[in-house]
Amino acid sequence: MAVSKDDVRHIAGLARVGVPEERLDGLVAELNGILGHMDALERVPSRGLAEIADATRAGMPLGADARTSVPLERARDEFAPLMRDGFFLVPRLATHDDAGDAS
Amino acid sequence: MSAPREWIPAGAASIAAAVRERTVSATDIVRESFDRAVAVKAGADGLNCILSSDRDASLRAAESHPVGGALAGVPVVLKDNIATTTLTTSCGSKILEGYISPYNATVATKLHQAGAILVGKANMDEFAMGSSTEFSAFGPARNPLDTSRVPGGSSGGSAAAVAAGLAPIALGSETGGSVRQPAAFCGIVGVKPTYGLISRFGLVAFASSLDNIGVFGRTVDDSALAMQVLAGDDTTHDATSAPRPAPTYRTDSRDLTGLVIGKPREYFPESLPALMREQCDRAIDALKARGATFRDVSLPHTDLALPVYYIIAPAECSANLARFDGVRYGMRIDGDGLRGMYEATRSKGFGAEVTRRILLGTYVLSAGYFDAYYRKAMEVRALITKDFTDVWASGVHALFTPTTASPAFHIGAISDPYEMYLCDLFTVSANLAEVPAMSLPIGRVQGLPVGGQVIAPKFGEVNMFRVAYALESELGAEAHR
Repeated sequence: MAVSKDDVRHIAGLARVGVPEERLDGLVAELNGILGHMDALERVPSRGLAEIADATRAGMPLGADARTSVPLERARDEFAPLMRDGFFLVPRLATHDDAGDAS
Repeated sequence: MSAPREWIPAGAASIAAAVRERTVSATDIVRESFDRAVAVKAGADGLNCILSSDRDASLRAAESHPVGGALAGVPVVLKDNIATTTLTTSCGSKILEGYISPYNATVATKLHQAGAILVGKANMDEFAMGSSTEFSAFGPARNPLDTSRVPGGSSGGSAAAVAAGLAPIALGSETGGSVRQPAAFCGIVGVKPTYGLISRFGLVAFASSLDNIGVFGRTVDDSALAMQVLAGDDTTHDATSAPRPAPTYRTDSRDLTGLVIGKPREYFPESLPALMREQCDRAIDALKARGATFRDVSLPHTDLALPVYYIIAPAECSANLARFDGVRYGMRIDGDGLRGMYEATRSKGFGAEVTRRILLGTYVLSAGYFDAYYRKAMEVRALITKDFTDVWASGVHALFTPTTASPAFHIGAISDPYEMYLCDLFTVSANLAEVPAMSLPIGRVQGLPVGGQVIAPKFGEVNMFRVAYALESELGAEAHR
């Protein structure tokens, strides 16, 4: 399988990574160079694989669905880019542009 | 005990014993570490192995620390992806440049409780993605044995710091060989424990089903001593921590009578350079001289390990690195609205290799490709794991292989991404199968260190160290010639 420039634009959008247009050709070549080696997996017969994978996972213990809060030695607003009243601030959402200046 | 002129080359156990007996003070040892850093140019104008350090703070910590503990007064260096409340935790990335964690990793706490003194945070490939430390946003680290060459990666700064004599022990992290490969390139010992044996709490996540914290030491005994301090249950902080006590890794025995060591044919391909093969053959003879029996074995799915790894690791990295978005910590670059801010921050904050892996991982997890790539890779991973369990079931106690297919290469020599991934050829399988493995020096090729790898069954570190102690003892000074 191979990716196109449109594929790279699409996955960059999914990953929230800005990719300049002039970098697209290079990324297409690099990703296809890597994906070409992944095609080796297609040669492995699928029959029985899922059972082996299930057997490998058998007996894997599950921990309690609980967590201990970690005491922080510094307050969040000392390292957060922007905070107010205990909340992290983000830019206005485009969909809120018509709702007036309420931030 | 007669006082040596320099303590750090004497090793962690000797330092700790001398500090406990008050033959030397922890501050003298820490001063020696910083003097050594100046002498070898550990900073950006030289080896570039240390990203942050604070001499005065380390000296104050040494002065105020109670005398005692298994690592009393021992200077240690931590990879820059291990959280500490002093010094940076930048992960070698612009996106976390200058970031100081508000809490300590469990390993940092354990080292402190054992009396060790943090003397620096080490350079690394950005977010541990790389095999040369050339992908650090803060410039490449250099190999102390030949500064025109890489120290390996991604934990290259930690390995270089130990090889250069700044500390007898350092910590790195392993996802596909990032401790063993730099250990081999720098002529020191590197240990990747069983998945879950050492707590990962406070290790910045890369690929959660593969990540381990690993140990560098100048000697097998220093590595075993550090493992003794670090291994053990931390289930209250880390869901992947194994709820079992650590056995005793240090031993005086150098006898391998009764131990069966496998030589997997897939790790000795025709393409392995003759000089590398000669060093391995000499190591095998040394192990036989100590009583081990060798047996030819096969791990038939080894050739699939790299494709499997380079699907699973990027997939998991694309999920883990989603947290770096400019909202809660780290760099923030304003853009057009919220989405524009995300994209600008991540575009400017991540380097080329991290971006490539995030995109690759997002692709293999995306609709229409998940089954063909990620699900298939996870299933083939089970075949690779079964290769190992079949070998153990046949009566083999450990495996011996080369750690890498070549010694350290020149900085800038590899530009193709997949060619760089090939550096992990002999190391990724142990991560996929979750088994312990370690590299130790077995000789030199054209003056450059070569590492031999010992692999053991899950939680089989006791036998793994037994083999390593015997090999180190039998080879003696030949391991560095």
